[in-house]
Amino acid sequence: MTDTATPMNAAATGDWEVVIGLEIHAQLATRSKIFSGSATEYGASPNSQANLVDLGYPGVLPVLNAEAVRMAVKFGLATGATIASTSVFARKNYFYPDLPKGYQISQYERPIVERGSLEILLEDGTHKVVGITRAHLEEDAGKSMHEGLLNSSGIDLNRAGTPLLEIVSEPDMRSAKEAVSYLKKMHTLVRYLEICDGNMQEGSFRCDANVSVRRRGAEKFGTRCEIKNVNSFRYVEKAINYEVLRQIDVLEGGGTIRQETRLYDSAKDETRPMRSKEEANDYRYFPDPDLLPVVIAADFIDSVRATLPELPDQKAARFAAQYGLQIYDAGVLTASRELANYYEAVVQKLAGDALGAKLAANWVMGDFSGFLNRDGLELAAAKVSAESLAGLLIRIIDQTISGKIAKDVFEQMWADGSDADVVIEAKGLRQITDTTEIEQAIDNVMAANSNQLNDYRSGKDKLFGFFVGQVMKATGGKANPAQLNELLKKKLSA
Amino acid sequence: MSLHTLSVAELVTGLAAKKFSAVELTEHFLARIGLMNEALNAYITVTPERALADARRADAARSAGQAVLLTGLPLAHKDIFCTDGVRTTCGSKMLGEFVAPYDATIVERLQAAGTVTLGKTNMDEFAMGSSNETSYFGPVRNPWDLAKVPGGSSGGSAAAVAARLAPVATGTDTGGSIRQPAALVGISGIKPTYGRVSRYGMIAFASSLDQAGVMAASAADCAYLLQAMAGFDPRDSTSVNAPVPNYVAELTTPLQGLRIGVVREFFGPGLETATGALVQAAIEQYRALGATIVDVSCPNLPLSVPTYYVVAPAECSSNLSRFDGVRFGYRCQEPRDLMDLYKRSRGEGFGDEVKRRIMTGTYVLSAGYYDAYYLQAQKVRNLISAEFKHAFTQADLLIGPTSPTTAFDIGSKVDDPITMYLNDIYTIGANLAGLPAMSIPCGFSQNLPVGLQLLGPHFSESRILSAAHGYQSVTDFHQRVPAAYV
Repeated sequence: MTDTATPMNAAATGDWEVVIGLEIHAQLATRSKIFSGSATEYGASPNSQANLVDLGYPGVLPVLNAEAVRMAVKFGLATGATIASTSVFARKNYFYPDLPKGYQISQYERPIVERGSLEILLEDGTHKVVGITRAHLEEDAGKSMHEGLLNSSGIDLNRAGTPLLEIVSEPDMRSAKEAVSYLKKMHTLVRYLEICDGNMQEGSFRCDANVSVRRRGAEKFGTRCEIKNVNSFRYVEKAINYEVLRQIDVLEGGGTIRQETRLYDSAKDETRPMRSKEEANDYRYFPDPDLLPVVIAADFIDSVRATLPELPDQKAARFAAQYGLQIYDAGVLTASRELANYYEAVVQKLAGDALGAKLAANWVMGDFSGFLNRDGLELAAAKVSAESLAGLLIRIIDQTISGKIAKDVFEQMWADGSDADVVIEAKGLRQITDTTEIEQAIDNVMAANSNQLNDYRSGKDKLFGFFVGQVMKATGGKANPAQLNELLKKKLSA
Repeated sequence: MSLHTLSVAELVTGLAAKKFSAVELTEHFLARIGLMNEALNAYITVTPERALADARRADAARSAGQAVLLTGLPLAHKDIFCTDGVRTTCGSKMLGEFVAPYDATIVERLQAAGTVTLGKTNMDEFAMGSSNETSYFGPVRNPWDLAKVPGGSSGGSAAAVAARLAPVATGTDTGGSIRQPAALVGISGIKPTYGRVSRYGMIAFASSLDQAGVMAASAADCAYLLQAMAGFDPRDSTSVNAPVPNYVAELTTPLQGLRIGVVREFFGPGLETATGALVQAAIEQYRALGATIVDVSCPNLPLSVPTYYVVAPAECSSNLSRFDGVRFGYRCQEPRDLMDLYKRSRGEGFGDEVKRRIMTGTYVLSAGYYDAYYLQAQKVRNLISAEFKHAFTQADLLIGPTSPTTAFDIGSKVDDPITMYLNDIYTIGANLAGLPAMSIPCGFSQNLPVGLQLLGPHFSESRILSAAHGYQSVTDFHQRVPAAYV
């Protein structure tokens, strides 16, 4: 999920201000469903994880999964929100084949979490607080399948009843970039809290975007369109940017925006109308009489608070202070709990060295993350453990190898998981720090390149680099660069 | 000895003493059903093989010294309770062929208590009706007069018990569906406190009002059954985790000093004179038994019918959405597309009364009407609950008629839903407030039974049963059986 969408800044939208609010559906990482004991594992064969409650059989009743409540409370606490002492499940009524009961159990007037916020870092380095209107618990629907079935549709109800936390933001975002930054931060947060696996391909973390535009300075929001189910960071940005330009085009052409739901087609990079407000269902919400109101006591909230991990912002601030990192770098290192833990493990092995923390940051953000991305690997699958990366960095610090050689060593480590020292020994990459040996190499090079030596001595300073290169070549790149510089300067000007 | 005239206590003792076996008892009732059910139409499904197999198991268990409270007692289940392997129709074409893959909690509990299931009884479609005329399987007839209705919606269970085609039967009560038919056929029926008995496996009509209960000849018989049915069920979030008293042992709690409140609003216009007089006589009987009679008032009680006809349809419109022809139940022939499948499956599968309530419920929950109807009804519901609560500071139990009239002619009210709805004017209040309530026979008006209603505060089933038992200890109305079924 790299960011390759075209950036769009204020200039591109001219006189128009963009207003975006996001609705995020985070699938809660409970082992069983929100109202039944069925498993929630992804990818099982159709309808193998749907019991009578999930199938909406006559006579069955829902029973709330306490773990889902605990996770919602955890989220509320992490976003500084109010946890409702009483929240109520309501029925959202509509007919659809993958909605077995003819209604979805959700929360409507009284959600479990209200009025939270999330701080995001903007590209210009400033911070912005995005309001979270509410987050509520609900069950997911099943899936209709239309492919590969002749003249009929299939229904897989494995997903029916999977717990979701719907997180609704305020319309606080002013560009697609801001929206993506909010979405990424939320993605980081739910994984930190271990309430959602964040897997966007499997639909565990999905997003609808409400987009409108208004004349700069206008107080009233423009008519909004909702873009449904955009399943990657990149597509969210592209879909919003497309939608913004479409709306501006319509308005500048003298038209009006219809309030409607639109689908993003990633193949064509466009949004298309799905249904208008007039076609929208009247969901006839009312409190679900099968479920009692959820009453949350203060001591329960305290017990959940005690399980809160160090949150991304707290961790980034601590990294910056403790390891002397730039706040931006600290943010990158703490974007996932795994990466942050990995970094800290490396740093611990380098304990005592003033430069170690910075060096480790550069390597973890640089080669290590780069290789993970290149190979599409999860951190846990990397062959280079924190301990072994630290082993490599120690060899840079103690000058056994140069930073440049280290990159070659790392390649080998990445490929077969071997230790830095083993690679260094096997390939004979140990740096030459013996002054006599380096001086010998310099003398040989000077003797072999008398013309260049004369030119240098008559003022062609630029040739210094040429000599460095020749000596490095002669030593197989193993000469200690600092020593080489010093000795070479001395000898050339002698 | 006529096995069908024995009380549950006598049956249980007889079985224990091996005066008769469970198989003999079961065969006796199956024979009566074979002879008499056709005219009454009380059963939708009779399960002789299963019943006899259950009975043989019961006898074997008894021989092995493993008998429990009700081992070998036959009973009938209202066809609203899901039974594994036996069809559960809910009185509807929609579920005409539906076989549930599981047992309702109460079916499970009664089986564990040793009972033998004779079959599934007729009922108004999805329990929506007060006369049993809305059943897809045809109306049930009142054993006291075959031209009359047995009441509803548990009309099949009521007629089966009144005609002694089962010693006891289960029922459900959403607005009076146990008590009103019990009154109209001259038997005893109790609707427990909302949450006392599990709703799991009972096909939902109006979830916040539905409650399972018992229909039997006497209060004592009801006590035996309720003992086995009551208690917390983790599969029903609205069931209450509170200890279950020993209803049978507490039946003889004395009436001395019991304060009985006569609810003024139960004696308004619409109450038949003869019915009113019999209820008054019963109240005098209670006074003679040592109870203190006090006057109480619940001024908003007359609003219970309109309130109910907002709340119940609202919930049913949503509860019945699952019957869409997709996964189970009736599906129309050759649907053209999804919308056609929905419209025709539901249009052809549901009867008129069910459709009327789904439409009413859909309307009262719609945007723009929700506040005026649904919310307003919830407010009135709270008022009625508060009035009952206040009345229970003045009286331990409340008393009044169960139904304003005796059984009426089949067909006489089918085209007039409002008049039909008013049948439940005295019973609905208990459902709105979640209170336990019971109907027991208190006399006859023109050879038709009249019912007396007792209501109590939440979880006062034991007090209600013992008060009813006290009355039945000095009266014999509950022992009378229609001539043709003696």
